[in-house]
Amino acid sequence: MTKLAPVLSAHWDEKDSFTIQAYKRHGGYTASAKALAMDPDAVIQLVKDSGLRGRGGAGFPTGMKWGFIPQGDNKDHYLVVNADESEPGTCKDTPLLMANPHVLIEGCIIAAHAIRAKHAFIYIRGEVTHVVRRMNQAIEDAYVAGYLGNGVELVLHVGAGAYICGEETALLDSLEGFRGQPRLRPPFPAIAGLYARPTVVNNVESIASVPAIVANGAEWYQSMGTEKSKGTTLYSLSGHVVNPGQFEAPLGITLREILELSGGMRKGHKLKFWTPGGSSTPLFTDEHLDVPLDYEGVAGAGSMLGTKALQIFDETTCVVRAVLRWTEFYKHESCGKCTPCREGTWWLVQILRDLENGKGSEADLAKLLDLCDNIMGRSFCALGDGATSPITSSIKYFRDEYIAHVTNGACPFDPIASTLFEGADA
Amino acid sequence: MTPDTDVIVEQITLVIDGFEVTVPKGTLVIRAAEKLGIQIPRFCDHPLLDPVGACRQCLVDIEINGRAFPKPQASCTIPVEPGMIVKTQLTSPVADKAQKGVMELLLANHPLDCPVCDKGGECPLQNQAMSNGNPEMRLDGVKRTFEKPVAISSSVLLDRERCVLCARCTRFSDQIASDPFITLNERGALQQVGIYEEDPFKSYFSGNTVQICPVGALTGTSYRFRARPFDLVSTTSACEHCASGCDLRTDVRRGKTLRRLAGDDAEVNEEWNCDKGRWAFKYVTATDRLTVPQVRNENGELVTASWPEAIAVAAAGLSRGAAVLVGGRTTHEDAYGYSKFARVALGTNDIDFRSRISSDEEREFLAARVVTNTTTYRDIDKADHVLLVGFEPEEESPIVFLRINKQFKKRALKVTSIGSKESIAVEKLSANFICVQPGQEAAAVAIQELTNKSVILVGERAAESAGLLSAAAQLADKTGAKMAWIPRRAGERGALAAGAIGNLLPGGRPVSDAAARVDIASLWNVDSLPSEIGRSADQIISDVNNGKVKALLVGGVDPLDGPNPAATIAALEKAFVVSLEIANSEVTKYADVILPVAAITEKSGSFLNWEGRARAFETAVDSLNRSDLRILSMIADEMGHSISLGTVANAAKEIATIGNWDGATVTKPNVSATSAHLVSGDQAVLTSWRRLLDLGTLQKGEENLAGTARRTVAVISPKRAAALGAVDGDLLRISNDNGWVMLPALVENIHDDAVWAPRNSAGSQLLANLGVAHNSVVTVVKA
Amino acid sequence: MAYNDDQLAVMEAIIARYPRKRSAIMPLLHYSQSITGYINNEGIEIISELLELENAEVTAVSTFYTQYKNQPVGDYHVGVCTNTLCAVMGGDAIFAGLKEHLGVENDGVTADGKVSLEHIECNAACDYAPVVMANWEFYDNQTVQSAKDLVDSMRSGNPKPPTRGPSKLVTWKEASAVLAGVNDGLANEGVQAGEPTLLGLKLSKEGK
Repeated sequence: MTKLAPVLSAHWDEKDSFTIQAYKRHGGYTASAKALAMDPDAVIQLVKDSGLRGRGGAGFPTGMKWGFIPQGDNKDHYLVVNADESEPGTCKDTPLLMANPHVLIEGCIIAAHAIRAKHAFIYIRGEVTHVVRRMNQAIEDAYVAGYLGNGVELVLHVGAGAYICGEETALLDSLEGFRGQPRLRPPFPAIAGLYARPTVVNNVESIASVPAIVANGAEWYQSMGTEKSKGTTLYSLSGHVVNPGQFEAPLGITLREILELSGGMRKGHKLKFWTPGGSSTPLFTDEHLDVPLDYEGVAGAGSMLGTKALQIFDETTCVVRAVLRWTEFYKHESCGKCTPCREGTWWLVQILRDLENGKGSEADLAKLLDLCDNIMGRSFCALGDGATSPITSSIKYFRDEYIAHVTNGACPFDPIASTLFEGADA
Repeated sequence: MTPDTDVIVEQITLVIDGFEVTVPKGTLVIRAAEKLGIQIPRFCDHPLLDPVGACRQCLVDIEINGRAFPKPQASCTIPVEPGMIVKTQLTSPVADKAQKGVMELLLANHPLDCPVCDKGGECPLQNQAMSNGNPEMRLDGVKRTFEKPVAISSSVLLDRERCVLCARCTRFSDQIASDPFITLNERGALQQVGIYEEDPFKSYFSGNTVQICPVGALTGTSYRFRARPFDLVSTTSACEHCASGCDLRTDVRRGKTLRRLAGDDAEVNEEWNCDKGRWAFKYVTATDRLTVPQVRNENGELVTASWPEAIAVAAAGLSRGAAVLVGGRTTHEDAYGYSKFARVALGTNDIDFRSRISSDEEREFLAARVVTNTTTYRDIDKADHVLLVGFEPEEESPIVFLRINKQFKKRALKVTSIGSKESIAVEKLSANFICVQPGQEAAAVAIQELTNKSVILVGERAAESAGLLSAAAQLADKTGAKMAWIPRRAGERGALAAGAIGNLLPGGRPVSDAAARVDIASLWNVDSLPSEIGRSADQIISDVNNGKVKALLVGGVDPLDGPNPAATIAALEKAFVVSLEIANSEVTKYADVILPVAAITEKSGSFLNWEGRARAFETAVDSLNRSDLRILSMIADEMGHSISLGTVANAAKEIATIGNWDGATVTKPNVSATSAHLVSGDQAVLTSWRRLLDLGTLQKGEENLAGTARRTVAVISPKRAAALGAVDGDLLRISNDNGWVMLPALVENIHDDAVWAPRNSAGSQLLANLGVAHNSVVTVVKA
Repeated sequence: MAYNDDQLAVMEAIIARYPRKRSAIMPLLHYSQSITGYINNEGIEIISELLELENAEVTAVSTFYTQYKNQPVGDYHVGVCTNTLCAVMGGDAIFAGLKEHLGVENDGVTADGKVSLEHIECNAACDYAPVVMANWEFYDNQTVQSAKDLVDSMRSGNPKPPTRGPSKLVTWKEASAVLAGVNDGLANEGVQAGEPTLLGLKLSKEGK
């Protein structure tokens, strides 16, 4: 049985955990002092050695990403932290920043030093007023304490409601003051990112993991996790479970283990389907309870670790309704730049609405799958690909349920049964 | 596309659909395929715009050195690489399905209104849906609809539901014209092209977006619902509006020009033109066209006459001692006709094509530095620095602006502009603006630091400041910089080459040079040519009024363009005037003989653009009207001095035999600048230029186009505004002894001593209203 | 222009945060909403003037992002998450209940101008589902009844405080200023984390 291993979350239970005093109480800002005394390349090597991989979904080795930044090019370099957490089901960075913004600031100081950046930006989604307050206050306090402003400037950039800005090049365009639409690659951000200068874009959790790595060493970090997926990470459990929440554990824990230690599915119900890492990762079912939740394990089972957003749905949930709603999300969030995603998500919604309302036909399933084939891998960025994941995976596992909508002429589920307040006098 | 540098580019060989092809490094796969004749369908791709990869129509399978991309790639964004193997829709079922899938998605929300769409019949979406689409559409839901059409300017209409969001229009406006007035707005399935509601799409280049729109989303107001493309007869033509020299395509149905499109000439206009060139052509038919000769009778009335009668009256009148005023809009061949007619039939060098403010210094400059000048657009491409002198490229030669802007966008080409008011183009080019009192440009020119890779672009308005052309020539000599003279009108460089000016014979031969005169005399088969330098346009006018010149042969001149319209009109009243014109004008009003001539669309010929490059065109519209040179030949014959130029082809052939003068060059002008004006209080030094869209004769009848003209304003500096207590929009009265204009104020970056107003716009016709346009003291007060 | 000197000074300070001024467009739009409540022409024009852009370019940006409103919203803008997880767990019922209770449709504003309603996408609080946001503050674990009580408290002028946020709910305009980077001094108010956030840590301390 894998044990939980709080590192990022170790002190969140202290009431003032978000203050600079609380952060320093537990050794905060000593890692950055240590790193600043090191050669930048040594910091990059340390992070490489730790095995830290991107926690935003793609799992790219963080140290390697830093190593791509050209050195001695006499250009400005930039560090950009992706805090645009918007993938459905994903809810790890937001509580992290609310409880401990300073760990991200310290991570920024270390990362900026490593990549020789004098300017760092945190691009945070705009729909979290209190997290913006906390983050800005922490930045202000870090300036006052002298951690910022002596070699690195840090600016919190607040988004305004656009899921696509989680895509790193769209994020950069947005940060430059344009519409947040993805850019052509190459050039990659490491060569021409923000303002066409070498830029590292990392997820909040990735950067926030760095201070502990610097403080405790690569070996310590390496000692946790699995062969190719090192360290601990935040698993976000939500949905039809007794106790949803954040569970920081070594990579490779399974859903069965998390459910067991957290209290399991809600009483009297059983697991039907779940996402391992947000809505863009193909659905899993109860067949996948023992899949190790690391990069390779999940990929080997046909999905993606993504953001480790474990959205759990029990047998009361209509999968067609769930997939329709996600598809409506992708349609709403498609940036509009490329044809397959813009028109495809628009069309998919029409077909899925008909199916959910019992107005579809069996032929619609073939059409859905073919449209997904025409969107997947044909779109400009991964948003279009992600939009097809719930559809293709749900048809794979729950084809009969789609057909039941057709034969019933209506959705066979009672939506009230799936609510949290089912049975209560809501 | 022509490379902008002379660097030799590495060649790369790859295989497309089993065929080897070798192309320069950096070539995109889609264009390498074109070289093999393989057409990959596309919408957002445009060779002159940055790749965007948005429409995803051009997906192909690519493998490099045995490693295949896991998914089809947009061939419009991928440069070729050695060892690349490309499989297009012709050989890859995956690419074919991908393309058909994208096509179906593009059509999902496209209306089936092709039968009433202007683009129908020449529509890339229609064509490629046929060639690369599925025969059936599987959508049985409801299509997206928008209100249609939306007028995004008076000239351009937008049907959003037809739009495939390829962003060609928005990218053109931003990347090429630097006029980002149209943008993609909203997001996702609601994304749409739009303007800011208060700011219409007032770009001088807006028509290009209509031309490059791959569907019928953007249409020209004037052409909407006017024709089907298959009913049009297309002719290659050259633009008559300015000296940029755009290649055009003129589309005619049943003898009427319905539209004009930018032609494709990589050396000159690439694939662009300006809105005036595109949408101002109705003057040929919309104005009061002349069809028959007229002669003034004993009662002073103009009456219809037969051609022989009119020619006879003209010949007799001109025999009394005539000079020639030929406007700057004639073709090279017609100008040659006037030039030869003056020397052979009239026995005089009294000829001048400069129906505008000009100077003797300019005439010397043109002879010494312009007539055989070889500076080209390519020199701008390669320049390390472009210096603008008396020249507003966007207003006065728009394609020159686009070319400078291209290099500015590409490599931050350094641009310096010397003038008194910062223009929109100067802002767009982030040019170094050197602000001087109007008339004091020469001193600023003299101190510029240029290299032999720099280019000095001198406008025709440089003649309006004494010493400026001399200073420019000296700067070019001192630094080795290239220098070009860019007149506003399409015919001036050709007229100069043809010798339609008092100090030059054809081919830049100085009148003052005996050998040069012998050259031309023998070609023309006459004993000798007049040796005295001819009068300039200004001298001709004053000498008519002095009684020294009795008759005038006038072709294509507007008296309001000259420095002193009142004197010009007095001269027209006084002299015996033979007017060759297409329509009634200020000149025909006073003419003794009016001879109707062919409009530009009704004849063949050529212009020499500012580079001196021949821009030939064919007859686009059949008519019975004769070219100027045909009529001049008739008069010359009647006078007994044949010029033997019956047809344009004859003239062109004769011109081709002349060649450029290689004898002793004339010396460059050396004129000193005048001292600055001392102004105080309400006094200001006037400066102005003509806007691209204004009251120009050739824009008559084009109301939609006129709707996109820039606002007529009087520009003053913040300091003057403070002194006057004026703010933007307050009416200012600019006056002198001759008259006044009253215009709303605009407070901008202009010399504190200066006031600027458009030269020939509604409410601001400075030469008519004030008799001056530049470098003259006026009074500015709040009205 | 109705923007006063103090406001213009804030805008200049926002611009000064960035190496290139165009980057300031988003915080400036948030700031504009803090003054006028939504993005109007005046806001567009002043931002384009400050950033040396065309009005069309600012419009292109403002219409791209969902949080910039082209018409006034209520003093309290209520967003009900109806993305899949929240919807299934009760978000759909809450949204339907609020529409009926307030008598408005999606994007509607109550006649008194107090409350506007919008269904929103996933707001990164799935372990607190169903989630309701007000002026982008968290109201966790809502029911139909609790959401109705919440909007009633807003309409009575004494809105309930957020679950994880300051001790008092600020107005839409005040929240917009926070998003523009203005410090309202409330960062230290409210809990550091809710129970679900702390569950893993708690269980770990219990030896799991």
